[in-house]
Amino acid sequence: MRCQRTSARLASRAGAGAGPMAGDPERRREELEQRARRLRATLVEMSHRSGAPHLASGLSCVEILVAAYFEVLALDPRHPSDPERDRFLLSKGHAAAALYAALALRGFFPGSWLERYAQAGSPLPEQPAPGCVPGVELATGSLGHGLPVGLGMALAARLQGRPQRVFVLLGDGECNEGSVWEAALLAPARRLGNLAAIIDANRWQATARSEEVMALAPLRAKWEAFGWEALEVDGHDPVALARALARVPRSGGPGRPLAVIAHTVKGRGVSFMEDDNNWHYRIPTAPELAAARAELGFP
Amino acid sequence: MRNAFAEALLAAARRDPRVVLLMGDIGNRLFDPFAAECGERFLNCGIAEANMIGVAAGLALSGLRPVVYTIAPFATTRCLEQIRVDLCYHQAPAVVVGVGGGFAYASLGPTHHACEDLAQLRTLPGMTVVCPGDAHEVRAALCAALARPGPVYLRLGKKGEPRVHEREPELVIGRALVLRAGRDVGLLATGAILPVALEAGQRLAAAGISAEVVSFHTVKPLDEAYLSRAFSRFRAVVSIEEHSLLGGLGSALAEWLVDRDPLPARLLRIGSADAFHGEGGSQAQARARLGLDAASIAARTRALCERLEEREGEHADRSRDPRRDRQAPGARPARGSGAPAGPDPGGDHP
Repeated sequence: MRCQRTSARLASRAGAGAGPMAGDPERRREELEQRARRLRATLVEMSHRSGAPHLASGLSCVEILVAAYFEVLALDPRHPSDPERDRFLLSKGHAAAALYAALALRGFFPGSWLERYAQAGSPLPEQPAPGCVPGVELATGSLGHGLPVGLGMALAARLQGRPQRVFVLLGDGECNEGSVWEAALLAPARRLGNLAAIIDANRWQATARSEEVMALAPLRAKWEAFGWEALEVDGHDPVALARALARVPRSGGPGRPLAVIAHTVKGRGVSFMEDDNNWHYRIPTAPELAAARAELGFP
Repeated sequence: MRNAFAEALLAAARRDPRVVLLMGDIGNRLFDPFAAECGERFLNCGIAEANMIGVAAGLALSGLRPVVYTIAPFATTRCLEQIRVDLCYHQAPAVVVGVGGGFAYASLGPTHHACEDLAQLRTLPGMTVVCPGDAHEVRAALCAALARPGPVYLRLGKKGEPRVHEREPELVIGRALVLRAGRDVGLLATGAILPVALEAGQRLAAAGISAEVVSFHTVKPLDEAYLSRAFSRFRAVVSIEEHSLLGGLGSALAEWLVDRDPLPARLLRIGSADAFHGEGGSQAQARARLGLDAASIAARTRALCERLEEREGEHADRSRDPRRDRQAPGARPARGSGAPAGPDPGGDHP
């Protein structure tokens, strides 16, 4: 009963009520893609203005954030601490700028705050701090922390009889961390059907091709072998992503946790950054910023 | 201590539905009653401590009160970064319980000893560090820990420790418990070595030295009010811990002391050496080998008192001897005539 009442309050487009992609699907797709372009333009500007790195890591997960925050998550930006809200944890904390830009676009705080990103005393530190702004669920930056904490949150929801789901966004490089696989072993044993791991598989880690560093492949088969339901999707198709994430039901019973392998391109959306790992650290110059924004349609 | 802990935890879980127990696949049958009664609020997280701390943080950040239990080095050193980031940075109200502090698992060797945990955990911002001295203190400390708004490390012994208190004491985190009043020296013990400190106090009494024996159960935050009184009243304050001399209670007291205007008492630190103790054997044997037994503690305290008395006597002689005043500034005093005492002779245990 409580779940249904809360669902009305936690109006998301999809997660709690109407189902994914309600309304005219083509128009919805256009809206989502437009939001993704806008987020990318904001991200490039944030990196340029602040001098903060990890731009390419943010660009690769833009559609994942758009699908989550605009199609799937049951959230109300006016009640960011609602105990029954869905949780989204950015475990790859170095993509914080992308999370902040998505939260601002979703209405959790004014977009003008983004202008002070990564400055001393700003509410938006280079990597998320505990409770730094409404909508940030966890301080991250050290890799391999989000999935265990998300598992605890999913378990709490069950113990408290609450409807929420927990989505954790990890990098593929992050899957080097042993703690990811410790959590991967425990979640299916506890039948946490309200937990999803989204892997931003951009095939690069900080200094090398992910596959050359650690034997991650076959990533989907690994998650399946650990007892998860695993899907592979085009990580730049917000509609496909929303459909995949919506497989996790609110108020669902015990079941297999979900792993979504989102195939992405690091630096996506800016031609001269795509799949060029220099942009893990590089900061765009003023001409590069202008060129990138022009490409994205936000000159 | 661990049986008292298991009983107290079940009692707490009956009172408070937010209490959840996470354990790292240890404690054979210890938590059967808890599991039978509390269902999913009991969770064996497997042999995966980093994940277990993260799970605890997720529970705590959702409004529950997780208690994490495993052997001390695995509850702390193994997953220190998770404790730092997931628990401390978020001020998540979780209780991390390390069973087998110090040499409680002496026979299993250094992998199972915990002589660095206090040093590591007390440096973490927002962490509270509590080492109960007997089973009664364990019960009281668990209740106090569950009421804290942030993370707490609770360091237990193992089982069968002597009882120090006749009943559960009123234990306030950060406030030392005086077990036996004294005039000359203060023996400040933390954790399961408390009964040894009491015995050392009795030995000192027999030798004419009045020792106050204190359960200094909270290593962080320090009971500064008690320390101010103790370092003002006593000739010497002795820290006693089953932990390395690097970074534990003794270090905490030394840091506290040097940051203040000089106080009269001298600090003597009793702890284990900066070395792995790989000899095996029982906890009692390890303690005796490392100078952590009552006889050694009493002997070193007594020796310090005697040296201090000698020096006081020499000071008094010197102030009566007018020739001393004419000595050139910086001139080296004659050997044995009031030179600063060298390193404490008992301080170089293997």
